[in-house]
Amino acid sequence: MVEPILFVLMSMAALAGAVTVVAARNPVYSAMGLLGTLFSVAVLYVLQLAHLVAAVQVIVYAGAVLTLFLFVIMLIGVDKEEHWEEPLRYQRSFVAGMAGVVVLMAAGLTFFTDFDWVPAAVGGTDPSRTIGTVQAIAEPMFTDWVLAFEATALLLTIAAAGAIALAHYRRRPH
Amino acid sequence: MSLAEFGIVFLRALMVFGLLLVATIVNIWAERKILADMQARIGPNRAGPFGILQTVADGLKLFFKESITPRKVELGMYMLAPFLAVIPAFLIFMMVPFGRPFTIGGNEVALVGADLNIGLLFVLAMSSMAVYAVVLAGWSSGSKYPLLGGVRATAQAISYEAAMGLAMVAVVVYSATQGDGGTLSLVEIVERQNGTWAGFIPRWNLFPQVAAFVIFLLAIIAETNRAPFDLVEAEQELVGGFHTEYSGMRFAMFFLAEYINIFSMSAIAATLFLGGWSGPTFEDSVPAFISAILPTVWFLLKTYAIVFIFFWLRATLPRLRYDQLMTLGWKGLIPAAVVWLIVSTISMGFRQFGAPWG
Repeated sequence: MVEPILFVLMSMAALAGAVTVVAARNPVYSAMGLLGTLFSVAVLYVLQLAHLVAAVQVIVYAGAVLTLFLFVIMLIGVDKEEHWEEPLRYQRSFVAGMAGVVVLMAAGLTFFTDFDWVPAAVGGTDPSRTIGTVQAIAEPMFTDWVLAFEATALLLTIAAAGAIALAHYRRRPH
Repeated sequence: MSLAEFGIVFLRALMVFGLLLVATIVNIWAERKILADMQARIGPNRAGPFGILQTVADGLKLFFKESITPRKVELGMYMLAPFLAVIPAFLIFMMVPFGRPFTIGGNEVALVGADLNIGLLFVLAMSSMAVYAVVLAGWSSGSKYPLLGGVRATAQAISYEAAMGLAMVAVVVYSATQGDGGTLSLVEIVERQNGTWAGFIPRWNLFPQVAAFVIFLLAIIAETNRAPFDLVEAEQELVGGFHTEYSGMRFAMFFLAEYINIFSMSAIAATLFLGGWSGPTFEDSVPAFISAILPTVWFLLKTYAIVFIFFWLRATLPRLRYDQLMTLGWKGLIPAAVVWLIVSTISMGFRQFGAPWG
């Protein structure tokens, strides 16, 4: 019983956060809306018993990436209210129409096909059956997929080093 | 979930809440007394015996004071920031086991808020949440000094979190060699430090991981924005830092969060490196209830030993300059933590699997 209630609450919070990101006039409020969405999605991960993914989501995205967003917003001084002028004609009505179509499609799919509520915790709350523990994720990562894991790590290092190199690049004076 | 189980979960959360509030009252009084003693002053001595009720009096005073809202604040975030400071502070301590499990009426009560499989990661996640409170408070105050304090806080937290995490990794790798497979649960990390080497040296992670302990200690002092890393609220430069525009109960919440953070970070350091609640319980020679309480006593003693280091450093060291802070973090602690992690992991590999050439 707890699961559907939490799911509905957290989904609504995630959607509210997402709307805030787009609709807030002030970029700082947008960033906080994104924080709300990231947190709610982390709770949804916990509902799916993916504890590690939830923790990593909060540490990496909510903890590090979004702090940098906030830092940049405050540092370059765009933390002022925006005017709501839309330079593109028909943009708003087009977006509203698209949103309506998506909602209708989602409602239709849920209503006319046999979607059913599948609780994640089928085996109760027995911790040995949880699929998302650190051990359960680490084992395939460091055995079957170790090459892909190392390649990703290398790629990230290259990206970080490249960003620093580009930032320090100066054209030599003639 | 039966009613008894629900009651026990509720009771555990309540215990954590109560413990933290009482510890904060004691901590603030202890800090003022210890600082006074180190500076050859008397310190608070009016309210209650030895002035121990001073914190309660201060809290009541703040509670009845007016919470002024300056005209230029960004109201929503200004109201939200104190709560964002307090909530993660309480949640961090939920992961810390503060005593040996005991049994009431057939139900086992673990003396820990919650034993999660991802305990340490949860601690990291919550300590990275704490920075939002400072940044938002600084920004939403609509004033220059708090803004500077907030921006400093962001940079400082990001810099020192990396060193803190790397020091934790070294401990996790080490305690993986001490039992059956790796673990991130603080409860299990404590249980693996039970017992002694050669009959008298406790099996604390401190001895094999002494470099990680030093790095972790420096990093948690910086994370909690305490002297000598208190640039966030440097009085001489920033008036009061991020909480300059706060007053009354909202200010008290920031104050509470700071002291809870000191206590829970010290508790985590005691759990990771000093064996948490493990220690002699003298089961044969003392009554049963004393040997049931002793683990909690050991835990509190170890935690307060580290809390004392916080106060001691504050009384001793002058504040770092901003560039010194960044240099220490990025060029000192992080490389040292990486090198220590590699060295200790390689030596553990030798011990676990033997030399690759032998």
